[in-house]
Amino acid sequence: MLAEYLPLLLLFIIAFGFVAVSLAASSFLGPKNPNPTKRAAYESGIIPGDETDPRLGRFSVKFYLVAMLFIIFDIEAIFLHPWATVLRDLGWFAFWSMAIFVALLFESYYYILRRGGLEWE
Amino acid sequence: MDLQDFGITVAIVVGGFALWILATALFIWGERRMVAKMQTRIGPNRIGPLGILQTVADGAKLFFKEDILPKGVDKVTYFVAPIASATVAMLTFAVIPFGGSFTVGDREYTLQIWDPEIGLLWVLAMSSIGVYGIVLAGWSSGSKYPLLGGVRSTAQMISYELAMGLGLVSVFIWVGSLQASEIVAAQSGTFFGSIPAWNVFPQLFAFILFFGAAIAEAQRPPFDLPEAEGELVAGFITEYSGAKFAMFFLGEFMQVVTMSAVTVTLFFGGPSGPLFGLEGTLAGALLGTFYFAVKTFVFMFVFVWLRGTLPRLRYDRLMDLGWKVFLPLGLLWVMATAAVVLIQDTLEQAQVLTGAGIILAALVLILIVGAFIDRSRGEAEPAEDEGEEAEDEPLALPSSAETAREGASRHGGARQVRVPK
Repeated sequence: MLAEYLPLLLLFIIAFGFVAVSLAASSFLGPKNPNPTKRAAYESGIIPGDETDPRLGRFSVKFYLVAMLFIIFDIEAIFLHPWATVLRDLGWFAFWSMAIFVALLFESYYYILRRGGLEWE
Repeated sequence: MDLQDFGITVAIVVGGFALWILATALFIWGERRMVAKMQTRIGPNRIGPLGILQTVADGAKLFFKEDILPKGVDKVTYFVAPIASATVAMLTFAVIPFGGSFTVGDREYTLQIWDPEIGLLWVLAMSSIGVYGIVLAGWSSGSKYPLLGGVRSTAQMISYELAMGLGLVSVFIWVGSLQASEIVAAQSGTFFGSIPAWNVFPQLFAFILFFGAAIAEAQRPPFDLPEAEGELVAGFITEYSGAKFAMFFLGEFMQVVTMSAVTVTLFFGGPSGPLFGLEGTLAGALLGTFYFAVKTFVFMFVFVWLRGTLPRLRYDRLMDLGWKVFLPLGLLWVMATAAVVLIQDTLEQAQVLTGAGIILAALVLILIVGAFIDRSRGEAEPAEDEGEEAEDEPLALPSSAETAREGASRHGGARQVRVPK
């Protein structure tokens, strides 16, 4: 049963080993001469000031909206995958069930579209 | 599982990994040479014959470079991001059959690392996890450009993941399975005795959808917004150097190889081809690897070709293409495929030809309706926007810049990707 996953485990060991060895080799082989200028964040030649941590910096709220819309439509994709495999067995019943679901989804999609949820300005 | 099974499994896994690393190294070199030809330059030609070892030299050089740790980084995530990115890229190809099958004794083996029933869903899962590497790299760098680049990348990747998923679902419905080996087996016959029964013929739109989304997922031109060097320096990799940079680079290019391979598996019959009576032998299996490599190289060339030809999309156009064109048309295509499959199943064998006619009619209908919806929306929307603006602020007239922008978006609607004259 678990033997089925053996090749995947082997591949993971090889891949992870490759990455780990590469990073370790680099830390042994490369020079280490840090200085304050070298360690400064890159801002196209402008010396970064003492402003707040850029990780707490602001970016457009649109990205949160995209993330939320993605979750909605990804859930729909999760429904579609198992449905796709058993469609032939369940026949037209499955088709019409999904057709109703997709129609409802299109309704909300149309709503998002008209409310400007997909506009980038 | 005895020693023979174990030995052959290890050999296949190591062989597959080596094949992918080799293909990636060759692709990096090949891309530089081909883009150079397209831009009437020479490209790397010094190390090895035709400069073929350039990638090896570059990789080795990066190991001897200083691994700079910038001041504002979050150390743990900064370190984890390249590992996650590269490891995930190297795991994605596990489900792809890269050669035929052969028998040793009485047991049959296929040149494929892992053949689970979830099959190509694995590719989707891995590309979802790949987003973590990007968002962690962008966030942990403690710098402005990587943060913006990381957020942009994430938004782009999750948007196109939907389109990619819909392209996959259409094929799953058509074949009736998610398993890579069954998808390949379903494409082994011929249409009308001479054309290979590849999924690309009945599923042409799914192919366009999937390949377009794959380019965006691999963040390649014309969808390479995360690395728009004119705006974002190098996006989320700006603060990385040395071997960590090499890992991102490797993962990214390996993604191109993997996406080409997935396209071949789904739509172009994978490793199938004429075997000249070598079925079941190791030579026959390796001949399958040869066919697979040739088909994959064609799509890798398309990636390079697009990079040499198309200008980068504007960010809002990119998101529009994913959300307003690929997503609704993809959903419609999935439903049309389902209907056609069921009609084919319920009809008699002699009536399948009628079904084929219906496929064609549905295709034409969807394309007409899609084009019509796009055109009417492109014309209707700017007018309504003006109406709303007038309601909110009666005194404000739309400025000339806004009018120009609306004009641009009106033209943009249906034809997002255009080859410059």
